Amino acid sequence: MKQDEVPQDQSAAFEGQKKPLYVIDEDGEYTVALSSGWEAEEVVLDQAIAQFETLYEDARRRVEQGLSAPLEYHMYHQRMDISVLAQSTGFFKWQVKRHIKPEPFSRLADNKLARYQEALGLSATELRSMPKEDS
Amino acid sequence: MPEIDFDHRQTAHCESGAMSALLRHNGLDISEPMVFGIANALTFAYIPLVKISGMPMIAYRMPPGRLIKGAASRLGITMQFERFRDSKQGMQALNDHLDQGRPVGMQASVYWLPYFPKDMRFHFNAHNLVAYGYEGENYLLSDPTFETPVQSSYQALEKARFVKGMLAPKGLIYYPKEIPAQRNLPRAIHKAINSSVNMMLRTPLPVIGVRGIRCVAGKFRAMGNSHEKKEGYNKLVIGHMVRMQEEIGTGGAGFRFLYASFLQESAALMDNNKLDEISKQFTDTGDEWRRFALFSAKMLKGRIELDYDKLADQLLLVADMEGECYRQLRQAIRQ
Repeated sequence: MKQDEVPQDQSAAFEGQKKPLYVIDEDGEYTVALSSGWEAEEVVLDQAIAQFETLYEDARRRVEQGLSAPLEYHMYHQRMDISVLAQSTGFFKWQVKRHIKPEPFSRLADNKLARYQEALGLSATELRSMPKEDS
Repeated sequence: MPEIDFDHRQTAHCESGAMSALLRHNGLDISEPMVFGIANALTFAYIPLVKISGMPMIAYRMPPGRLIKGAASRLGITMQFERFRDSKQGMQALNDHLDQGRPVGMQASVYWLPYFPKDMRFHFNAHNLVAYGYEGENYLLSDPTFETPVQSSYQALEKARFVKGMLAPKGLIYYPKEIPAQRNLPRAIHKAINSSVNMMLRTPLPVIGVRGIRCVAGKFRAMGNSHEKKEGYNKLVIGHMVRMQEEIGTGGAGFRFLYASFLQESAALMDNNKLDEISKQFTDTGDEWRRFALFSAKMLKGRIELDYDKLADQLLLVADMEGECYRQLRQAIRQ
């Protein structure tokens, strides 16, 4: 990529930051140029974020229907999934799958709940409840 | 604690950035591309068995940690690595290093570092940054991803350094303990290029190196020919691949531009014109990788029709061009 081809697409995700790209200048020498974003990159980032949004919105619906515990919503909202949450709590995947159901969740012992609090960075009260709006 | 005068520089990639910054602080001025190249960190790997958030693992560089160890061993540098079971101990050790006036590299999770923009926070636990001071509960950090130095609270840094799960950092702290006065850079470059060429051309696995790129091309073609309606998932895989290539600090084109820059620098150091020539070809390869990303993004957006064959053809073009570069590299350093 040449220096004058560096995309400056003002990516919102960067929040004003810029990132360095290795490019060649007029004399064919490598140098570093800052980019405020590239549209192609933004498309795939938006896609990944939208995927999590779909997951936690679906989870919210299930919680409201009484099919899932708020834990499932918080898991996706913190950009995790079953296997990431299992790895970061030390539970097996089948345990996490069980714990996101309303019944088992309500009977969860405090020490087990604490592992979820730690992994998701939320208090016990937050874990047991749903935020009114997605943030 | 004594004030540490640390020269913060933003780099394309966090691991090569943290390593080159630490070496520079300790008197060895070395560029990011040189660290990256010497560690032979460049690769291509497609490992469908390892899933990251349900996506097959696609990597354009060697696994986290290899870059630091690789560069250190090629340059004869002794690195000190410290991991901790207890997070309080790990934070105390950090303070102790800083009290002794020693900036240290750390591994941490991107998600829990408070200064990351919200949209860039994902559960990637192998981010690298340097700590160079603290004021009370506030840590002064040189994070190579950012233009200026950043700060973090004790709690946030503790959490980011001690997350559990895949690539758990376990509070990893590292710094160069001994840097030899005499270094044979041309020899290190020679070895590094050789080893990259071997990996890219001769790894006996169809999913690594140039064959790995061809393998992904084949997968994409198969997606197009499949009768199963899995367009949603397929689009996620394509997007995931482009993210690994561009969005995760790579310096553009999945580290290919970074590597081309390394080749250019090496050409001058070794007085080898051929390397300069191959650096240009490598840049062209990077441009084709960028074109692949652009096609993908347009297809995902629906601006052009989703055409798996077109993506596969583009990848095959890249594979041919890269393959040619490595073959020429092998000859160029043989003399």
